[in-house]
This record gives sequence, structure tokens and C-alpha cells, in this order.
Amino acid sequence: MVTYIIRRLIWGVFMLAIVSLITFAIFFLVPRLAGATSESLATRYVGRTANAEQVQIATERLGFNDPLIVQYGRFAKGIVAGADYDYGPGVEHCPAPCFGYSFLTRLPVWPDLLNRLPVTMSLAFGAAVIWLLTGVATGVVSALRRGSVFDRAAMTVALAGVSLPIFFTGIVSLVAFSYGRPLAITAPGGSFTPFFDNPVQWAYNLILPWITLAFLYAAGYARLTRSGMLETMNEDYIRTARAKGLSERVVVFKHGLRGALTPIVTIFGLDVGLLMGGAVLTESTFSLPGIGKYAIDAIVNQDLPKVMGVTLVTAFFVVAANLIVDLLYAVVDPRVRLT
Amino acid sequence: MTAPLDVSGSELEAAPEAVLDGQAKAIQGRSLGQIAWMRLKRDKVALTGAGVVIFLILVAVFAPVIVGLIGHPPTDFNQDLISSETMAPKDGTGIGWDHLFGVEPVNGRDIFSRIVYGARISLLIAFLATLLSVVIGTLLGVMAGYFGGWVDSVISKTMDVFLAFPILVFAMALSGIVQQSDSAFGLTGDTLSVTLLIFIIGFFNWPYIGRIMRGQTLSLREREFVDAARSLGARGPYIIFREMLPNLVAPILVYSTLLIPTNILFEAALSFLGVGVRPPTPTWGGMLSEAVRFYTIPHFMFFPGMAIFITVLAFNLFGDGLRDALDPRAR
Repeated sequence: MVTYIIRRLIWGVFMLAIVSLITFAIFFLVPRLAGATSESLATRYVGRTANAEQVQIATERLGFNDPLIVQYGRFAKGIVAGADYDYGPGVEHCPAPCFGYSFLTRLPVWPDLLNRLPVTMSLAFGAAVIWLLTGVATGVVSALRRGSVFDRAAMTVALAGVSLPIFFTGIVSLVAFSYGRPLAITAPGGSFTPFFDNPVQWAYNLILPWITLAFLYAAGYARLTRSGMLETMNEDYIRTARAKGLSERVVVFKHGLRGALTPIVTIFGLDVGLLMGGAVLTESTFSLPGIGKYAIDAIVNQDLPKVMGVTLVTAFFVVAANLIVDLLYAVVDPRVRLT
Repeated sequence: MTAPLDVSGSELEAAPEAVLDGQAKAIQGRSLGQIAWMRLKRDKVALTGAGVVIFLILVAVFAPVIVGLIGHPPTDFNQDLISSETMAPKDGTGIGWDHLFGVEPVNGRDIFSRIVYGARISLLIAFLATLLSVVIGTLLGVMAGYFGGWVDSVISKTMDVFLAFPILVFAMALSGIVQQSDSAFGLTGDTLSVTLLIFIIGFFNWPYIGRIMRGQTLSLREREFVDAARSLGARGPYIIFREMLPNLVAPILVYSTLLIPTNILFEAALSFLGVGVRPPTPTWGGMLSEAVRFYTIPHFMFFPGMAIFITVLAFNLFGDGLRDALDPRAR
């Protein structure tokens, strides 16, 4: 068990290294391949109004003329250990994890991201609870009553659900339940109240995004649970469990569902990890001030350090979620041995 | 395992549908393809999906002809139909024989022709991105499954890394960064955005195909006909291309059909977020993102939204049916 955890941890660190390499490539290598020069990269940092001399100084100071490996080393060091920015008159220390300073506000990116994390976390966890419960329950009932009216209706809705983009269902639900309605379910305009300030207001502001987001995922989970359950209920060990005289409830939940749950746990971990790093489409549709909205606003404003920060944070969450899922495997599925 | 009285199961299962046709006809052997086709023909839902898919492809291919006959150029303004006070179409929607789906608020562009041209972008990107994913995924998946050992470890780990990536965020960043310069890789304008999106979407999605191909190859590798080919002196490339690939055609077809709708949604999402193909070129995602600001004019969001929905649903229905027909165990 301990060696397994250590192995997964090393793999996680390795993944993060790869992710940082790819992020670096996207932000510093791809623009060069696309035809940008050291000077045009530096121009983004000093603004388009800067004269040639200022650009030249910035290029030198930011080290865009160094070999790429040196640039990557500096980039990685900033994330792990922090970095010192020499901006001429003085030196400013940017503590780890340093994702640099916003082009627009000149503020460090990391505290901004921390501020927005509660919004994204509230959105992701609330929706995750809803879709996990409804999706898995629908899938189980559908599988047990295969071919029934319930099964067919649920699977039709689920198929429609996986075919609808959230930025369409989101707008439709806003028009139907929020904008200008006297009994608006969620206030339009995307405000966020921290949970500890006022839990009721917190839930009120998030209920529509939760349901819309959860519907999309619940549809996929219902399909997945149904096919998984159909498969496991045909396994020999289910027949054995029934032959032992176990009650149908124990057979279905303890033996059937447990076997069908493994792929669901995998996908659930990945989905939540991805959402934590910014439910870009949901936040954008409902104007929620979370990490995803931060990223898309930053892209519109060409504020690259912000985009880079979000990319790395999202990747971190996904890697962490992967790690947790790997550890959960052993708990959920007794057939998995940790080696 | 080769006891003389052992009736091999595959002979009995080879033509199960033949029995259904009644006793009058002589029982005849059918190929797997014929059986699959018979199953598909009976699946009305999948056929409907296929019909819609073909219709949409025709619409996309003949977009200029269709718009030339019953529409207006997609980027032409029809300001005479717009009320100058509310910025909305004068009669609410502008829907009529002249403008089948009405006109957009503010500039009065014809929604019908923008939907028709949007199909071109959507399907072009989805098809070519899927093709790219399938080529990379099949190549690497088959290699991993066939060679095993360190080749398999490297490819499998690479697929794990890709599957764990926040694809949308990476794609957003990449697309946003390259497109901020007006020309890159020697391309400009729409050609640049379309090419870029094809490569981004295709490049991030290949592991889905790759994993399936690896699994299929792993089981095919142990089959007798591969042993037979090897014992006759066939080498790796011959076995891969002549013996295995024909057996992989069915899963490739099924999973590329199911990858296309995912890619359509992906492209629509990027365009919705403003990092896809840029306006004024019509895209369904782009139209939806403009429609958000005009939520009091519901027909503006209805048509692009439904276009995405119907297209994705049709591909999903067809793909599901195809999978059931080609591989009934995968239900």
C-alpha cells in the first residue's frame, strides 16, 4: 500500500512536470513557431506603445534571448520557489507559486486565483452531488427495469442531455427561470455570496447553474451506470450471490453496483478535477466570477500570465484528482489489488 | 481443445438472423458486414440519425447553392428590417418567406443563411479533426497493442497524460495565443482559425481512439489467424496492415462516428468563448454567444442552439446504432 501511494505520488509529480513543460511550450514556444520574435514577445509585457529601446531593454531583462532551456528553468523555478522581478528601479519578490503579474492590473496572478477558487469550488461540488445522485440512481433503475417505460424515457432524456451544449441549456434556463421573472430561481447577472456569509443566499445564487451543469453530467452518468450495471448483473458472482440466498437489495447494491462503480469513480474524479480548474462554459454562461470566467476574460484581454496561471492550476487539480481516484479504486472495487 | 465432437460455438452463431427469415429460404452464410447491415436496417432510430446526418452534409456542401436560391448572403446587413429604437427586428423576429429563420437584431443579418454556412464550418472542423484523431490514435494504439513492452508503456503513459489534461483550457489558451497575431504558420484569417481548430481538437482527442485500438489489438494479437500468418513468415507491418487493420475497421467506424459529435460540441464551445473561428464568419457557437446579449429575442438563440442539438443528436443516434449493429456485446 505504501509503495503504491509513493509510486502514484511520483507519477503525479512527473505529470505536473510534463504539464508545466507543455504550458511553457504553448505560451513561449508556439508563438515563436507561428512567427513571433523575442522582441514581439517582450512587447506584450511593456505594451504596444513602448518604443524600440524600451522593448529592447524588456527583451533583455525578461531573458527572451536566452536559450529555451534556460527560459523554461526560470519559468519552473518561479512556480516552485518564487521569482525576483527586476523592473528597473527596484526588485520585487513574487512568492511561490509565482505565475507572474497581470499585464493589465500589474498585480500578481496567484492571489487573484485564490480569491476566485471558492466560486468555482461551490459550483463544482454542488453540481457534482446532484449529478452523482440523480445520474447513478437513474442508471441503476434503468438497468434493473431494462426495456420498461421508465428505462426508455430516461435513456431518451439522457441522450438528449449529452447532445445539448451547456451554453445553450444555460441560456434557455436563464430566460425561462431568471431574467425578468418575478419568482426568479437564481438572480440574473451572476453574483456570488460566500457560503459562510449567508448559506441561503449562496445556494439561491447557484441553484440554476448547479441544475444546468448537473443535468449535462447526470445524462452521461446515467448512460454509463446503466451499461455498467447491465454488464455486472450478468456476471457469475451475481448468480453466486443470489444462489447464496442474499436479498435482492444486497445483491444489487453490494455486489452489482459496486462492480459497476469503478469506471464511474474514475470519470467522476476527472470531471470534478476538471471543473475545479474552471467550469469555463458554465461560468461564462452564468457570468459567475470563478476561475473559468477569469481565464476567458484574460484571453479576451490578451492577459497571458493570467491564462497561464489558470492552465497550470487546472492541470494541478486534474492530476490531484487522478491521484485520489487511483487510491479510491482499492476501496470501491475489491478486485483491484494495490501493487 | 480440439476434441472431434466439440461443436465450435462460432458456427452456430455465424448466421443467427438467417433463422428468423423462416424455413422457406435455404440457410445461407452471411458475412459479418451483411449481418451488421441487416441489424442496422431494422434500427429505425439509427436510420433516422443517419438520414439527418446525410441531409446536414448535403446542406453544408451545397450551402452557396441553397443560400443563393432561398436566402441572403450570410454577412449582408438588412438594416431596413431593424427598428432603430429597440435594435430588434421590426415585427419581432423577421421570420417570413424572405427570411425563413428571421433576422439578427442590430444588423439584420439573415439567420437561415448563417445557420447553413455555420454547418460548413462545424462539420468541416469536426470531420477533419476526427480524421486526425483516428489516424494518430489508430497508429499509436495498434503499435502499443501489437509491440507491447516498452513501446506499450511509453504510448500508454502518453495517452494517460493526454486524457488527464484540461483540454478545453489548453485549447482556449493555444487558440487565443496563436490567433492574436493575424497571421501565423503562413496562414491568415478563416483559413488560419479553421486549420488551427482542426489541429488543436484532433491532437487533443486522439487518446480516446488510441485506448480502444490498443485494447482491440491486444485481443486480436492472440488470435489464431495472426499466429497462422506469423508461422507462414509474415512480418510486423504485413500482420498489422493486412491481418489486423481489416478487423479494426468496425471499431474505427463506430468510435469515429461517436467522436464527431464530441468535436462538434468542442468547436461550438470554442467559438462560443470567442477563441474559435472569428466573426463575421458565421459559426453556431459564435451566434449563440451573440444571442446571449439579446435574450429578449428568443428566436436568435433558438436556431443556432437547435442546429447544434439536432446535429449532435443525429450523430449520437447513428453512432449508437452502428455500435449495436457491429458489436452487439457492447450494448
